Parts: sequence; structure tokens; C-alpha cells
Amino acid sequence: MRHDLFIAGFGGQGVLLAGNLLSYAAIIEGKNVSFFPAYGVEKRGGAAMCTVVIADGDVGSPVIGNPSVTIALNQTSLDKFGAKVKPGGICIVNTSLVNLDAFDRSDIEIIRVPMNDIAMGLGDARMVNMVAVGVYVARTGAVGSATLEEALKNALPERNHSFIPANMKAITAGAEFAIAKTS
Amino acid sequence: MKRLFVKGNEAVAMAAIEAGCRYYFGYPITPQSDIPEYLSRELPHLNGEFIQAESEIASINMLLGASATGVRAMTSSSSPGISLKQEGISYMAGSELPGVIVNISRSGPGLGGIDASQSDYFQAVKGGGHGGYHIVVLAPSSVQEMYDLTMLAFDLADIYRMPAMVLADSVVGQMKEPLVPNKRPVADLPAKNWVVRGKGDGEQRVVKSLFLGDGELEAHNWKLHRKYQELKARECRWEAFQVDDADLLVAAFGSTARIAKTAITMAREEGLKVGLLRPITLFPFPEKAFLDATARTKKVLVIELNTGQMVEDVRLSVARDAEVGFYGRPPGAGSLPTPEELLEQIKRTIEV
Repeated sequence: MRHDLFIAGFGGQGVLLAGNLLSYAAIIEGKNVSFFPAYGVEKRGGAAMCTVVIADGDVGSPVIGNPSVTIALNQTSLDKFGAKVKPGGICIVNTSLVNLDAFDRSDIEIIRVPMNDIAMGLGDARMVNMVAVGVYVARTGAVGSATLEEALKNALPERNHSFIPANMKAITAGAEFAIAKTS
Repeated sequence: MKRLFVKGNEAVAMAAIEAGCRYYFGYPITPQSDIPEYLSRELPHLNGEFIQAESEIASINMLLGASATGVRAMTSSSSPGISLKQEGISYMAGSELPGVIVNISRSGPGLGGIDASQSDYFQAVKGGGHGGYHIVVLAPSSVQEMYDLTMLAFDLADIYRMPAMVLADSVVGQMKEPLVPNKRPVADLPAKNWVVRGKGDGEQRVVKSLFLGDGELEAHNWKLHRKYQELKARECRWEAFQVDDADLLVAAFGSTARIAKTAITMAREEGLKVGLLRPITLFPFPEKAFLDATARTKKVLVIELNTGQMVEDVRLSVARDAEVGFYGRPPGAGSLPTPEELLEQIKRTIEV
């Protein structure tokens, strides 16, 4: 099985952490993975984007033109990467910040998730990326959600390990939202 | 062994330490600064020395000096910085000094940009400085190879007494992948009976690139030439992927080869017989691998992230009746080719 994914947003939304987390989880599960951050003059508030490829076999190209899934955390990301999702693919959109009125793709599944609202409901707006990871994992099964807890220990610096339960709560909230939406 | 999750540039630094390199001299430049960052943190704990020099020119000459004392040492930079180092590299080649130079290349010419590029191929393999020399050039295409080939670079440099370069770009340098941190391989290394560490009671030794005696320089250059022939005979490395039944052979190195490999897998899924020949050593160039492969497969498509450099070496290497086509783009922001784009080029080449 091969999963390829764009995660995009603005700097500070945790785009790269989300990509790192999924990658660590893939490694724990014995899979292959490549994590390729867009490399430019990135800064807080600027554009942030990464490509993650998870595969049982050879990862192949770390550069993807048309991913099967795109997570768009802000408007610019949807405008830039929404059109690139492979037909039949999935676009997971943070509707707290993104307006979908002008987005016209009937050939893909659009999962609308008010990520900022869900994160605020949990008491921490910074958990937007974890809500997104929860939705992604619940919907694709790219990695097991139990593995994510283990992977958080690798993805977060030790001084932040006390936040692992809060991160897991946000991942679970994202996963539950996704399951409620599709069932 | 446990698989780590490591950035390509960090894998280079880890491999240097595992290879016994304890001396690093460099000057910061994007997109390779993770290498000095890592080594500045680690080398002091290993009784090593990390020096951020005042310039690239100073750092390459520090490498020359350290290498002349027999220690394993390294410098790294990116394209404009590597240009500045060329004089020192030529002196190292002339003085037969080992030493590893890492180029995480970026786009040019001039200051260009910081995006991934393969436009330093000519500079790396044709002797970027003056005097008609060569250095070993290795082109990793994964984080694991960034690690393994950096260790190999140290060994080849020591075995052949010449500089060795790891040539990569920001795709391989900045991406993270699983890494198995292999132990330093056992290599049959010649004794360094030429190093200069103070004469003491021994014989005088001189490390130099100036030869003014009658016939001295010519003999020296023939010696270097023989070394390059030896490298060509013994040290060519390449990866062949699905070439045996291929109607079309794709040739690409480094990051572009990774993208091409996925395009080839997509082509195979559509029933097109396409294979990949990926040079791992750019110097020595695997000439015979291309000659052998084109004995059967008559169509070759070279793909590079530049407007055509390695394609010249491919053309010189293939069977006489092979057709060599080229697809590439000059590097720049947002201009990385995708597997889908390369698939289209593969199809177009097959149809012609």
C-alpha cells in the first residue's frame, strides 16, 4: 500500500510537525517513508508545506505532482494545492479558516473539518495540526492511531512530552469527527 | 539495527563522524548549513575540531592543511561556495591530498537561488578548477546513500590519495527518511607514509603541487592520469532498475533519479518497458554500464535538473547505434519535475 500526502498551511500551524509525526509512526510500523518539506524562505506566517509518502515497499519519488490526499489548513493552501489532488482522492479542509465557495472539484471527496473550532473546544488552538492528523489517519488508515502516541515521543522534543496526552486528545477528536462524518 | 528518521544533510554529518572524520572547516550557506550545525555540536565532544572559517577559500585551504597531516577531514558548502573552493581543490588534486568536499548544490549561475539543482555536474566531474584533474564524485539519491556514500568518499579519497566530492541537492539534503546508521566498512587502506607532521629524525617529506624540475610535472600528470584510469576500471558504481527487458532506458542521477524511478513504475503499470540506469559515481562515470545496456536497448532518455550536462557523458558512452534524447529544465523555485511530468516525456520518447 502507498499513501502520498500534501500538508499545507502557514508557518506556525504545525504543518511540518504533522508530517514528521506521520513519518515517525510509519517507521515504527516498519514501513518506508519520505518527508520532503518545501524548502524556500519559510518563516512564521509564511507558507509551509510538506510532502509525505508512506509505502510498504520502495517509496520512490519524494516529489509528488498529484497526491491522493491534501490537507489544507488555510485558504492559500487550498487555492494552491486543491486543484492538484488526484481524481478520486481526498481533500481535508480546515473550514474554520477556508472558504470553499470557489472550490469546484466534484471528482474528489472533500472532508470539511472546522479544525480551529475543534482545537479551541479542547482548549488549545495550537492543536489544529493534530486534529488534521486524526482526520487523515481515521480516513486513510495510513498508520495506526495507537502508533501515533508512540510516535509523538519521537516527534516532540522531550521538554514537550507533557503535552502528549493533549495532542492525543486532539488526534482522537479529529478521528471521531471524521468517522461521524462518513458514517 | 534500529532505523532512525534523519534529514539528508544530517546523515552526511553522522557518516563523517562514523568514518573517523574529526576535523571540519566550513562557512555557512543554504541549503547545507545543517551539516556544520550538526558537526559544530558533536565534534568538540569527540576531541575533534570544528572551525567556522572566515571564508570558503580559507576553509578549503584548512582542509588541505589538515589532510596533509594525515587526518580525515571535511568541508561542505553549496554551489557559489564550491566555486570559491575550486582553487584549493585543484591544489589538493595536484598535491595528491585526500579530503571530502560536500556540495549540496543550489541553482545558479551566480547567487542564483536556493532551490534544488543539478547544474554543477560539469564543475564537479570535469575538474572545476584549473589543471585538468579529476576528483571522485558520488551522487546519492536517498538519505541512506547520503550516509553510505559519505563514508565511501572518505575511503576512496584515502585509497587513491585524491579529493572526493559528495554531490547532492536540497531535495536529498532537506528530506527526511529512515536511516540505518551502518558501521564504518572495513576498507583496505594504504599506509599514509607521506604525511607531514614534523620531520623529527626522519626523512624530509614534502606535500606540494609545484613541480619545476625537468620532466617532473609531466611525470606527475601521467601518474594522476593513471590513477583516473584505475578509478574507471575499479570504482564505477551504478544502479540498474528493470533494464533487462527495457525498450527505453532512462538515465538520471541523484534526486532526479528518484522521481524518474516512480515515473518508470507508472510506465510499467501501463505496459511500457522502461528501465533506469542511475550512475552513483559521476566520476568515474559508468561508461561500460551504458555501453552494455545499449547493446540491447537502443533508446535512451537522459533526465536532469539542468539544461543538459550528464547527457554528454551518456552520449560518449553508449553503443554507436543508440539514440540519446534529453529532457531537463533549468532549476528554480517550484520547478521540480513531478513523476507525472516525466511519465509524459517517457511516453513521448517511446512513440517517436
